[in-house]
Amino acid sequence: MCQVGEDYREPVPKDPPPPPRPGHEQQKCMKWCVKCKKGAPVLVIRAGDAFCRDCFKAYYVHKFRAVLGKNRLIFPGEKVLLAWSGGPSSSSMLWQVLEGLSRESAKQLRFVPGVVYVDEGAACGRNPEDRAETLAEVQSILRSTGLPWHGVALEEVFGLPQSVLRHFSQEPAMGDGAYKEAVDGFIQQQQGLGTEGARDSPSLSPGLEQLSWPSPHNPQSPARPHTAAETEALSRLFNSVRTLTAKEELLQTLRTHLILHVARTHGYSKVMTGDSCTRLAIKLLTNLALGRGAFLAWDTGFADERHGDVVVVRPMREHMLKEVAFYNHLFAIPTVLTPAIDTKAPEKASIHRLMEAFVLQLQAQFPSTVSTVYRTSEKLVKAPRAGRAASPSRPCCLLCLCMLDVDSADSATAFGAQSTTALSLRQAPALQTQAKEPTVPCCSPGLCEDRGCCRGARPSEREDLQACVIEQLCYSCRVNMKDLPSLDPLPPYILTEAQLRNHRAQAMQEIQEFLIEDSEDEVETGQS
Amino acid sequence: MAAPLSVEVEFGGGAELLFDGVKKHQVILPGQEEPWDIRNLLVWIKKNLLKERPELFIQGDSVRPGILVLINDADWELLGELDYQLQDQDSVLFISTLHGG
Repeated sequence: MCQVGEDYREPVPKDPPPPPRPGHEQQKCMKWCVKCKKGAPVLVIRAGDAFCRDCFKAYYVHKFRAVLGKNRLIFPGEKVLLAWSGGPSSSSMLWQVLEGLSRESAKQLRFVPGVVYVDEGAACGRNPEDRAETLAEVQSILRSTGLPWHGVALEEVFGLPQSVLRHFSQEPAMGDGAYKEAVDGFIQQQQGLGTEGARDSPSLSPGLEQLSWPSPHNPQSPARPHTAAETEALSRLFNSVRTLTAKEELLQTLRTHLILHVARTHGYSKVMTGDSCTRLAIKLLTNLALGRGAFLAWDTGFADERHGDVVVVRPMREHMLKEVAFYNHLFAIPTVLTPAIDTKAPEKASIHRLMEAFVLQLQAQFPSTVSTVYRTSEKLVKAPRAGRAASPSRPCCLLCLCMLDVDSADSATAFGAQSTTALSLRQAPALQTQAKEPTVPCCSPGLCEDRGCCRGARPSEREDLQACVIEQLCYSCRVNMKDLPSLDPLPPYILTEAQLRNHRAQAMQEIQEFLIEDSEDEVETGQS
Repeated sequence: MAAPLSVEVEFGGGAELLFDGVKKHQVILPGQEEPWDIRNLLVWIKKNLLKERPELFIQGDSVRPGILVLINDADWELLGELDYQLQDQDSVLFISTLHGG
């Protein structure tokens, strides 16, 4: 695909080659819509098919429903959180859901949606006035939807509990049978109660009760207003990151944690994101380049169940960005333009930017590029995780929350090489500390809650903290964290959880040693 | 000799950020020897409207991949892309689908 060459030109011409097409000839063959054969076409999609406005709308809406229907993942009555950024794809998704809810037909969407908006202004270095302006726009749009919504600022990551980083396993009661049962149960209830009542009733079928978040986990409401100090801390964090690539990854990580937290505290068991087909194709290649190959199936698949209790789904994954942009324009879908972290950045500023330019450029010459790459993402299987899901102590990456499926013992891999270098680098100071105060942690896990103790730690302790965070990351997150000169500005929940996991691992090791000795003693005493 | 044309040029999806944040521009294209097509219009935009970083909007003699062009609310691929000849009172819309606009 990457070869620019003659051997590629020969077989391709069956597809209409887009670059130089004589205008009048093209107009002749695209005079009418390919579907209804009578409407005047307004856009060309799928490598050369012209659609009229009405047929395009039907096609677009159908595709959204088909993705949801095909996957049978969202149960009737289930609470679903729509992650809305104001951008084109997520706005389109939001309006598709609204339209699906308002329909009177049998195919009406039956889940209960809410919307979450994350204000990332501080990470992008926007001033408070601009942010307030965007927020006002966001609020007016959200109010017009009539859905419950949660507006959170990225600053709130500084108040997140550690539990965000934990995996809560969930019974996989998602078989076809269970889905049908739930649908039947829902329809019966609906007939009994009338539409409105059914929608609001808390437990709709026996299978659904377990879907709601059970524990009163976090007393903190995410609607908590953020302080100026937090804004400053967040911009300090982002300013300290050396590369735009790492900044984008960090932003994505924190955003995901925040959305996950909102979903859990409000009892949403699904989160919908607006990733389009084009974005996913770019993401697939970007993540490969970032060393996230092992997690591609989670990062780009339709459903991402890495968090256990909250599943991320991507219903826009079959819509091309061109279709999304046209739909939004033709049907006046409101969007909010917010400058992102990479706005106006040059093409080679980050791996993300570079890959985007690469894919879109190829797409311009070969119109099936995006769909080919996207189809690859469809074929990826998540087998290894399903096999090990049963074990309770699966180690997860502290940041991306993917299962650590890297073998640190195998020094022949890139990962092994990386950990050996890291180990040898910090061997010397670590040995010194151990000589003075063997295995005494810098503070007990409970005390870590108040930030000061670990952050103002002495240099050697800070190195220990750094090492214990790094140890709990996947390959890609380790590489990203290299672009952070210090881990101190990270939000406290990440650091605290890292230490807690470290202590737990140490304690586990101690117990294990003790148990082995104990059993050996028993054997010996038994013998004597 | 083509007569001067009055054309509405609009930017969206973040492309307007390269034009001082102004979305709609009502412009008069001066009369010239050859007829006004999109190719000429892009050159004219680069010279007269574009405020910064032309490489983020224009690539070669066309727009950067990822920027959609709509002529009178229809896809420019239906109308001959760069070769479309502008008429008086046409509206041309550029929508960026690139991340961050």
